[in-house]
Amino acid sequence: MTTTTATATTTASSRPKAAQLLGTYGSLVAIALVALVLLVWAPNSLSPFRLGNLGKYCSWAMAAVGIGLAWGRGGMLVMGQGVFFGLGGYTMAMHMKLEAAGPGGIPDFMTLYGDGTMPGWWAPFRSAPFTLFAIIALPAAVSFLLGYAILKRRVKGAYFAILTQALAVAFATLLIATIKQTGGFNGLNTFSTVFGHNLYDPGVKKGLYLVSAALLIVFLVIVWQFNRSRYGELLIATRDAEERVRFLGYDPANVKLVAFVAAAIMASIGGAIFAPIAGIISPSNVDAAASVMMIAGVALGGRSALLGPALGAIAVGFGQSTLSERFPTGWTYFQGGLFIVVIMFLPAGLASLWPKVKSLLPGRMSPQAALVDGENGA
Amino acid sequence: MSKEPLFRRTFVGLAAIAAAALLATACGSSDATSDAASGGSSETTGAGAAKSTAGTCVEGDTVKLGFLNSTSGPMAISEQTVRDSLILAAEEINASGGIMGKKIKYIEEDGQSTPTVFAEKINKLLTQDKVSAVFGGWTSASRKAMLPVVEGAKGLLFYPVQYEGLEASKNIYYTGATTNQQIIPAMDFLKSKGVKTLFLAGSDYVFPRTANKIIKQYAKTLGIQIVGEEYVPLDKNDWTTQVAKIAAAKPDFVFNTINGSSNVGFIKAYYEAGLGPNKSPIISVSIAEEEAPAMGANVTGQYAAWNYFQSVESPNNSKFIKAFQSKYGTNRPTSDPMEAAYTSLYLYKNIVEKAKSFCVDAVNAASDGVSFDAPEGTVTLDGSNHHIAKTGLIGQINAKNQFDVVWKSNGPIKPDPFLKGYTWWDPTKE
Amino acid sequence: MDALTTPFLTGTATGAILLMAALGLTLTFGQMGVINMANGEFLMAGAYAAYATQQLIGNAGLALVVAIPVSFLVAGLLGLLLEVSIIRWMYQRPLDTLLVTVGVALVLQQLAKDVFGAQGDPVVLPSWLNGNIPVFGYNWPFRQLFTIVLALAALGGLSAVLKYSTFGRRIRATVQYRDLAETLGIPTRSVDRITFFLGSGLAGVGGVAIALISGTNPTLGTTYIIPAFLVVVAGGVGQLKGTVIAAWVVGVVTAFLTDWTSGSMAQVLTFALVVVFLQVRPQGLFTVRTRSLA
Repeated sequence: MTTTTATATTTASSRPKAAQLLGTYGSLVAIALVALVLLVWAPNSLSPFRLGNLGKYCSWAMAAVGIGLAWGRGGMLVMGQGVFFGLGGYTMAMHMKLEAAGPGGIPDFMTLYGDGTMPGWWAPFRSAPFTLFAIIALPAAVSFLLGYAILKRRVKGAYFAILTQALAVAFATLLIATIKQTGGFNGLNTFSTVFGHNLYDPGVKKGLYLVSAALLIVFLVIVWQFNRSRYGELLIATRDAEERVRFLGYDPANVKLVAFVAAAIMASIGGAIFAPIAGIISPSNVDAAASVMMIAGVALGGRSALLGPALGAIAVGFGQSTLSERFPTGWTYFQGGLFIVVIMFLPAGLASLWPKVKSLLPGRMSPQAALVDGENGA
Repeated sequence: MSKEPLFRRTFVGLAAIAAAALLATACGSSDATSDAASGGSSETTGAGAAKSTAGTCVEGDTVKLGFLNSTSGPMAISEQTVRDSLILAAEEINASGGIMGKKIKYIEEDGQSTPTVFAEKINKLLTQDKVSAVFGGWTSASRKAMLPVVEGAKGLLFYPVQYEGLEASKNIYYTGATTNQQIIPAMDFLKSKGVKTLFLAGSDYVFPRTANKIIKQYAKTLGIQIVGEEYVPLDKNDWTTQVAKIAAAKPDFVFNTINGSSNVGFIKAYYEAGLGPNKSPIISVSIAEEEAPAMGANVTGQYAAWNYFQSVESPNNSKFIKAFQSKYGTNRPTSDPMEAAYTSLYLYKNIVEKAKSFCVDAVNAASDGVSFDAPEGTVTLDGSNHHIAKTGLIGQINAKNQFDVVWKSNGPIKPDPFLKGYTWWDPTKE
Repeated sequence: MDALTTPFLTGTATGAILLMAALGLTLTFGQMGVINMANGEFLMAGAYAAYATQQLIGNAGLALVVAIPVSFLVAGLLGLLLEVSIIRWMYQRPLDTLLVTVGVALVLQQLAKDVFGAQGDPVVLPSWLNGNIPVFGYNWPFRQLFTIVLALAALGGLSAVLKYSTFGRRIRATVQYRDLAETLGIPTRSVDRITFFLGSGLAGVGGVAIALISGTNPTLGTTYIIPAFLVVVAGGVGQLKGTVIAAWVVGVVTAFLTDWTSGSMAQVLTFALVVVFLQVRPQGLFTVRTRSLA
């Protein structure tokens, strides 16, 4: 596990003042650029269909930002983020189902497959504030309990990855098995409104996209700040030398737990915005394969870079839509090949190319790029 | 690292981003509203936008149609057969002059056996490519995912597969059987065979769950006892535990609503347990000519309920089989969903030519009573629910993996997706 | 009696398949720290090898006998190819092998779809396997018995190799203390390679047993890989004893849960039980004292 050591900080003090400022706020400039593209360029240039798709990619990117935190910074390979994506997605979808059913009504599928009665635990989701609360509280509670159970017992590395993936398998299976309560394999669909707004109204569609993109930007800023804080340094220290952190008096399990819970909440919010944009959430959006897809974007973009996971996830989503339009079977090869090539030859993702590009620019010292390390490259 | 106080960095950073974001959202949202005003029409287009320009909603000498089937993923093998017969029908129609003189230009999309992808692709076909109608879908999950999209975009979808009923959308035409044309005839057949006990085996999925709910209620009326009910996830193929329960229950018949490749494991475990056509025979609703030879066991003597078999004798069917096999090879069987897909395109042609328009509203207004001399026999559309009348058939598998028709309903059965005409049916009971 | 014997015997057979899938995983994980997510696809390759053998030979009985070594070789060589082309560059980054092999698994699945078709192909049971014997009220299919015998033979062969051959001693030495083994002149790199070959080959044999249950299918590996990993995790790494017991327990428990609840709920509950078990014993049932794993 101790594959990397951070060497990047040494150059900071020797940088000239201007470069140092740029180093500190360069990431912010990069985020602002992304914001400009997503919030200004895209809504004005893309067709409603492509814009809706971009909204979906942004929702995956939110989960990816969380994965970047847990995996890239915290060293926890979370292979089951689909679970938390699903918690948010299903929570939102349940609310929309109840909205579509009207006051006192029950979702159509419960009459279709069951006896036409609604399980009691659905009832609170009629309330919009409760739904919004649950989108954050539910994944937080689940990830805390699970993370506490796993991390406190010092389960790590591959064990952790396998358990989280098994969790995704179990979650999808559970959804399929509880067809009368969750819609089963079909998932939840046929919504009409979200918080009172007609989902088929073009203005609402655009609004949903803007919410999705804006949330992604907010997450990026939060993570940027997260990474710069003492906690961010502690997280990296835990990733690189867990035992030493323990000797220094910290409990590595707590440090990791925070990142794990934060990642879960981000995925959940992503799922919650995915459901109204896609108009459906089903087990195939949350199972092991979907979770692996989220990892693919993070690996491509650069797991420990700030913008890497988000941009990677958007790229992978875009690739899936467009490549699969042209080469339906080729897409799987491409996806598999992506994992092999990126992980083998570019373990820090495309973001690791950035310092090399930067070093070619005149008048600036470039930090040595560590292999899988936390230099704040864009 | 920098020694600046934490809060100050945070503040500066957040303020900068917030300003940028605020600016951006302001631009974006003002755009959203202006776009909503002007873009409203471009959104609902499909067939709608052209409405104002031409009375028929389609200009020029071609009409664009979307074929949306899975050509990748586990459903590909089934859905590709539907795609093949859609293409055959399109070529035939084009050779004989097209629809209202307009040649069909079809755009293919791959549903990737994933409901979300179906929703995304039908959205693309309707709003981006602006096709007049979409043909395809197989699993109920894919149809349920497409339904809100096709309704939202005010488009048309022709769905060619037997399904669990309890649905009628004004934007969907259902050319496969609903439950009262397949499940209920199958139960009538079992009653006529003197069946007293029945075991239900299905995939853990919408169609089997809903079908079994109907079967259980009807069985009560018929005096047939349900002695067991087992479900296995779609992707799980080991049926040994469940088949042991069937063997222990010794039912007169097994009602099989298992989907796809999971059937292979079921059939294998079934024969291993010493069961067979003489001891708890199976009646299936998803094993057709295509699947029967791929079971890894000799399934001769088992039954299936459909509305079309390749063995159906009629001039229209011989013509269909001949055309299909000369295009795709003589070893290719024809099956119920393929026939229903082929029929769906011709039905669309007949409706449009009656309506003299491709506009969705005009098509819907004209659809009632439109008929087509299909390979399965003459089918007629019921405009009130967009289903077609179909004859219920029970076939027994023979040594050539073809079906010998052993039972037939009294003529075509009127579609009744919500089972309103069946007094025993109560949707609020399990 | 029936209510107990049916799940017990069925579960034992499932456990036998899990064992064959997990043996390779536990060897490579214990010895090299490599997590091979493509191991499920070696099961799939074994199943297709059995199918192809049957197509070539025709006689189902003879084909089955031939298919066992053929599947072992096909899957084993695939594993060797994976080791030589990819894994060996990544021994310094064990967690990354997990992701790389996820990619390999995707490619192999799509390859199987393109070569053999998306729909599975049937594998015919030889007549001497198509039947059952009554055991306490359960008509026990011969096929399940055959699966168990196959797994026991594989296990016996493997333990004999590990225990008595020079090569086996080298493997054990490498697992326990790689650096020291190297110092003593053991060519650890080629030991790794052969271990990989053996482990993948065993998965191939497991594939034959799966083909007899449900035929072939491009995605059949995905159904087994996670349970197999749970077996490895619960059994403890690097020792056969733990894997054997864990595979058997997971198989039987899943079968009982399937009987009491449903196939889907059984999977969910089994996972929950493994997590609870890891609370009690985070290192699994047994562990090798080792210096290679942190």
